[in-house]
Amino acid sequence: MTGVAVTRTWRVIEHHLMVYRRTWKGSMFVSFLSPILFLAAMGIGLGTLIARGPVRTVEGVSYLAFLAPGLLAATTMQTAFVEETYPIIAKMQWLRTYEGMLATPLTVGNVLGGEIGWLVIRQAITAIAFFAVMVVFGAISSLAALLIIPVAVLNGLAFGTPMMAFTATQRKDKHFPTIGRFIITPLFLLGGVFFPIAKLPVPAQVIAWFTPLAHSVALARQLAIGNAPAFALAHLAVPLLYAIAGIVAAGITFRRRLTL
Amino acid sequence: MAVTPSHPTALVHARGLTKRFKALVAVDGIDFDVERGQAFGFLGPNGAGKTSTMRMIGCVSSPTAGTLRVLGMDPIVDGPRIRARLGVVPQLDTLDMELHVDENLITYARYFDIPRDVARRRAQELLEFVQLQERAHDDVEPLSGGMKRRLTIARALVNEPEILLLDEPTTGLDPQARHLVWDRLYRLKQQGVTIVLTTHYMDEAEQLCDRLVVMDKARIVASGSPRSLIDQYATREVLELRFPIDATPALDGKLDGIAQRVEILPDRVLLYAEDGDAAAAAVHQRGLQPESILVRRSSLEDVFLHLTGRSLIE
Repeated sequence: MTGVAVTRTWRVIEHHLMVYRRTWKGSMFVSFLSPILFLAAMGIGLGTLIARGPVRTVEGVSYLAFLAPGLLAATTMQTAFVEETYPIIAKMQWLRTYEGMLATPLTVGNVLGGEIGWLVIRQAITAIAFFAVMVVFGAISSLAALLIIPVAVLNGLAFGTPMMAFTATQRKDKHFPTIGRFIITPLFLLGGVFFPIAKLPVPAQVIAWFTPLAHSVALARQLAIGNAPAFALAHLAVPLLYAIAGIVAAGITFRRRLTL
Repeated sequence: MAVTPSHPTALVHARGLTKRFKALVAVDGIDFDVERGQAFGFLGPNGAGKTSTMRMIGCVSSPTAGTLRVLGMDPIVDGPRIRARLGVVPQLDTLDMELHVDENLITYARYFDIPRDVARRRAQELLEFVQLQERAHDDVEPLSGGMKRRLTIARALVNEPEILLLDEPTTGLDPQARHLVWDRLYRLKQQGVTIVLTTHYMDEAEQLCDRLVVMDKARIVASGSPRSLIDQYATREVLELRFPIDATPALDGKLDGIAQRVEILPDRVLLYAEDGDAAAAAVHQRGLQPESILVRRSSLEDVFLHLTGRSLIE
């Protein structure tokens, strides 16, 4: 990218920041509250029951330590879903924000770049807030665990960019709840966040490993516990592939939609 | 920046300009030139191809065929550079409901790389220009349609454009709001801004435009100044007659020779004549008894209806 392209892409992010200035308090509150509730209820509440039972630990660690990193990864998946559906269709269709932007020197590439840049920032904020809560709950035991944050951001991109590409093909919002119900919620519940994927029936395990979430969760967990072997980084391949495919697809669908 | 226009002075130059969407031909090989300082109007019914033409001039949509030069540059190659010098008022407002009135202008100015302090100052001046200074820190949502339109116009001026493109600037506004918009556009024209607009309001075209093209079914069917179009396609005066509903069909032939052209409509009869009063006298002499008689100057509306057919329903 040339300097001009970087500046113009930044202008689109600037627009997001201008709007965020008005909403950041509520958004931050949720970013902290949600992990606090989940880690308290599931990690400590359910975790105490598990600690009393016959197995006592999950994959060799307390349930809280098992749950927290996976939940962090899953949170970026959900943030991606929320941020790349309604807000994007609003700018395409309902408020025509992009039409306004494209009447200026900004290009479709700048607009898309700004959206992706903002997605990264937004996911980083979510992940950092979650990470801070994990530290308070004592769910982090090594400095390397900080790497969970970029892993979670990548996971957010792996879900966010294909979502963005899909939204650009939609004129109505009727398919968004379907995606939530049949993709996001099942992945959240069954994708390795709450119990090991190995407990699923084999066909479901195969499906799970084709999604970015299972890999992000596995890697985040190993990083949090502090036993990640170097080859664990291979887990990055699937989310990376989804993110790249999503960016390419969004490039096509945004251009098709906005330059008719 | 050195500009070498392909046509000596035209700011917008189109030859054989065509836009197709799959099977639909939205713009079918049109030619026109917009000169600096002109107020240029595209007039035509809905679906005539006005908006598609505007989107091509605005370098948002690429021509399917033909030549288009804006500010001497090719929109396909130099889109961002051209857009930097255009102001665009789209058919539907694209204001940012999540930002305040003044923030809408400041954020938009940033897209043109205008420094923040300059943007702030310009936002204030522009809000005064469109008489919205008192609403500077308000939300956009509760503004009236006319206020939103004025804000959109202010936003389009934030980069001090050389050409202002307006797609149906006053559609849906009440008469006061329309007149305020016209007044502002007239002032801009006086300041030397080139204005290109689309409209299906004849009074708007007559008030604002130096030059008009009438579009119908993707083509240009006539062009000229409002006055020359009236001279060419209408007469000096029009005599409007109303007859009882069932009497109109029985008129066949009885009005021949009174006027240069007679147009029989479902609700009235129009006689295009140089002297309306003389034509009215002739109608009486033939023993016809219309319910009402009106002699008026012909207007662009007569030209428009003549050229684009009577099927127009807005």
